Amino acid sequence: MKAEDDKTRILNDHCLMAYSGEAGDTGMLTRSFGRGKVQFAEFIQANVQLYGMRSNCTQALSPSSVSSFVRTELAKSLRSRKPYNLNLLIGGYDTVNDKPELYWLDFLAAKDKLPYAAHGYAQYYCLSILDKHHHPNIDLEQGLKILRMCIEELDRRMPMNFKGVNVKVITKTGIQDLEY
Amino acid sequence: MDTLIAQYTEPVYDDEIYDGEDAQLTRISGPPTANLKFALPPIAQPSAFLRAVTDDHANPDCPIKIAHGTTTLAFRFKGGIIVATDSRATSGNWIASQTVKKVIEINDKMLGTMAGGAADCQFWLNYLGMECRLHELRHKRRISVAAASKVLSNIVYSYKGMGLSMGTMITGVTPQEGPALYYVDSDGTRHQGDLFCVGSGQTFAYGVLDAEYSYDLSTEDALALGTRSILAATHRDAYSGGYINLYHVKEDGWVKHGFTDTDGIFWKRKLETGEFSNVTVDL
Repeated sequence: MKAEDDKTRILNDHCLMAYSGEAGDTGMLTRSFGRGKVQFAEFIQANVQLYGMRSNCTQALSPSSVSSFVRTELAKSLRSRKPYNLNLLIGGYDTVNDKPELYWLDFLAAKDKLPYAAHGYAQYYCLSILDKHHHPNIDLEQGLKILRMCIEELDRRMPMNFKGVNVKVITKTGIQDLEY
Repeated sequence: MDTLIAQYTEPVYDDEIYDGEDAQLTRISGPPTANLKFALPPIAQPSAFLRAVTDDHANPDCPIKIAHGTTTLAFRFKGGIIVATDSRATSGNWIASQTVKKVIEINDKMLGTMAGGAADCQFWLNYLGMECRLHELRHKRRISVAAASKVLSNIVYSYKGMGLSMGTMITGVTPQEGPALYYVDSDGTRHQGDLFCVGSGQTFAYGVLDAEYSYDLSTEDALALGTRSILAATHRDAYSGGYINLYHVKEDGWVKHGFTDTDGIFWKRKLETGEFSNVTVDL
């Protein structure tokens, strides 16, 4: 429908959420949830900030706190009349412990902290590549090389054309867009 | 309607079986029997019946559960062909065996791989072995891999829609073709190619194999890449696992390179190279 739709949301200075799932739930339609008509992605974006302000005034929420908050919201929605059908990846840089973190969440509100992750069909094509080439100590350049391998494989073997990719990097200094 | 038609129609095999001695004799001594006919069960629609009793997805209580999950791969390179498979057989969610031999030795020059229904693959590749031997006796030279794979694809095509389930790769090295690799499946598809992965774990194997495959791989590297690709699939695909069965096909025949437990290979790889960093274990 749209070739360059950005399927990510910035949650705070060091936290980015990527989402996939039912169209309306990600941001194209409005629907009723909790206190008002807000779609999940934007709801989370606003509420992570609110929650952060309420519970911890001095600094932004850590990636682990953000992911726990998001998971709680997904879990609440799961047992509601019309649950969200969203799969998420939350990446962030923990500025206190000086560590990057990645969280994998699915629509059943399962949460896992992983060194590398994917959702949907990409898992079948990319995880074996990541299993082989990922190492905890790789630098950005090597990381991008592995990313390139994954995208080449998707281009080669996946029966559909996903029309380009958005690449974002989260570091100590914040979130940057990367040309791919 | 089908039942009515069946009542008033004679089964197709009738004349062949009951036509008396002469017909039988001509059939036995006749030319190769690629379109051999089986006696079909006396029901209106055998294929619908088979689907009803084997479709695990639609009916989990179905009486016959066909073994399905697998990872098999084969690729051509300058030193011949590498063939590698896992060894797990599953029946629904049940692991029926961890020691299946999914590389089928058609004869001492050609190999076939097994994915899909175990019985269908074993029977038809064995049958293909017989046809290949008959070809040798009739023509006094080895059958080409192209011809052998076509014999198989013609057979399975003649049974199309009747419930056969197989995805197989036929490999061999002949003087006229060099290293030859064909993919044949029960839909009747037949492809020649450099590299194939077949089965529920195929995407995982493709991921590793595509990234490092080259026709100019050394034999040692090719064997290692085959093993590593199957390992990747056994790690991520619940329906693949057990042992890695590895073969190298050369012009003077195939060589077996072991039937090795994935457990040992996995931990060796993880501890020595630091791969599989998602598996967190404090040793």
